[in-house]
Amino acid sequence: MKHLLDFQGWTRAEVESLLDTARVMAEVLERPVKRVPALQGFTVATVFFEPSTRTRLSFELAARRMSADVVSFAAATSSLQKGESYKDTLLTLEAMGVDAYVIRADAAGVPHQATRWVRGAVINGGDGRRAHPTQALLDAYTLLEALGGLEGRKIAIVGDILHSRVARSNAELLPLLGAEVWGAGPPALLPQSLPGVRLTPRLDEALAEADAVMVLRLQKERMEAGLVNLEDYIAHYQVTEARLKKAKPEAPLLHPGPMNRDVELEGTLADSARSLVNRQVHNGVAVRMAVLYHLLVGRER
Amino acid sequence: MRFKAELMNAEEMRRALYRIAHEVVEAGKGVEDLVLVGIHTRGIPLAERIARYIREFEGKEVPVGILDITLYRDDLSEIGVRPQVRQTRIPFDLTGKAVVLVDDVLYTGRTARAALDALMDLGRPKRIYLAVLIDRGHRELPIRADFVGKNVPTAKNEVVKVKLAEVDGEDRVELWEKEAA
Repeated sequence: MKHLLDFQGWTRAEVESLLDTARVMAEVLERPVKRVPALQGFTVATVFFEPSTRTRLSFELAARRMSADVVSFAAATSSLQKGESYKDTLLTLEAMGVDAYVIRADAAGVPHQATRWVRGAVINGGDGRRAHPTQALLDAYTLLEALGGLEGRKIAIVGDILHSRVARSNAELLPLLGAEVWGAGPPALLPQSLPGVRLTPRLDEALAEADAVMVLRLQKERMEAGLVNLEDYIAHYQVTEARLKKAKPEAPLLHPGPMNRDVELEGTLADSARSLVNRQVHNGVAVRMAVLYHLLVGRER
Repeated sequence: MRFKAELMNAEEMRRALYRIAHEVVEAGKGVEDLVLVGIHTRGIPLAERIARYIREFEGKEVPVGILDITLYRDDLSEIGVRPQVRQTRIPFDLTGKAVVLVDDVLYTGRTARAALDALMDLGRPKRIYLAVLIDRGHRELPIRADFVGKNVPTAKNEVVKVKLAEVDGEDRVELWEKEAA
């Protein structure tokens, strides 16, 4: 694996090896000194053409915990405003000796393009609606931690499946680990089809006997575009205590954040013991440390 | 590779480890504050055996931890193949303890150096000892072992293979020679 763009071409064994490494990294994060010298001498750049705080912080912390040097590029404060292209920005960083690029872009395919422009490893930090592979990896890690295994487990993803790169990456990854993935949302927010996922406009069908429920963020833009009416959404698709009774007892709840409380998820559930939201954020650092280790060590420089 | 000689059989290995177990207790003036830490892979069963021998003759339990030094290697930025990282599990506080690091072979000293750095990040031991089954020479760093099963002068084109029942199905140490390329 030279880059992490999505999970096309990945094998189950590769994913499991990466998650095994992440478990070691999680143990490092429990130590008094939460830092190992493994990536000393490597430089990691976070290149965010679209703003994001938590993903960028998580990657930067992961790189620092591995003793890599970190440089950070954010579009809002940069010469991208002055019309510099994606390519020129990356070539500038390449000239500074960067070994890995974490790229977030609103346009799908930018990280993929980047692999032709730079010699270093490219990690997709989220591109358009296409993919957000490290989010799916931390979701899988968190689910495995909570459920013990994913073979034959039913995972329900609820909300705006159509516009969600998180749903798309989980649709690739979770079935690879043996899970049965369902997607539920209003018809206007469901794609025609999504390989690996059984789609339904009926929330109760997706939640029935589910082992875990992943709730997606409902973006304001969708309402502004007239795709969905807020009251209707809440009435039919909000994940509530009552609706969760369909799922397995104690089925945990995941959310990629940031959350709209009392929109996609009943507020009391967000703070309940079922919510794994904080575990997801916590595990994200360990998973990203593992991704950096797998991509950088052994790579021709 | 060509087989050259047997360096140790099962009985000799048992005696060497039994002696090391006694030396460890003697150096530590008992087993108070004593802990053993085995380095992946073969240091782990060796540490467990030393702990078992100490239990046999002292009647006291010495905690055993396991250490993976991969993330502390000094060659990660240049090697061509990524080594698999493995779990470190030291379920006790190292601060104030006398730690005996256990490994199968002491060669360049780079593994021991990495292990020392890893231990320092895990706590502040009052003393760290190094115990090895075989010391084959050719040190590249100022490191020496406190307890040695057997000193074996070797050539650099030779390979010392430690086989342990827990990992390899038998107890035996062999000397092999790499064929000229």
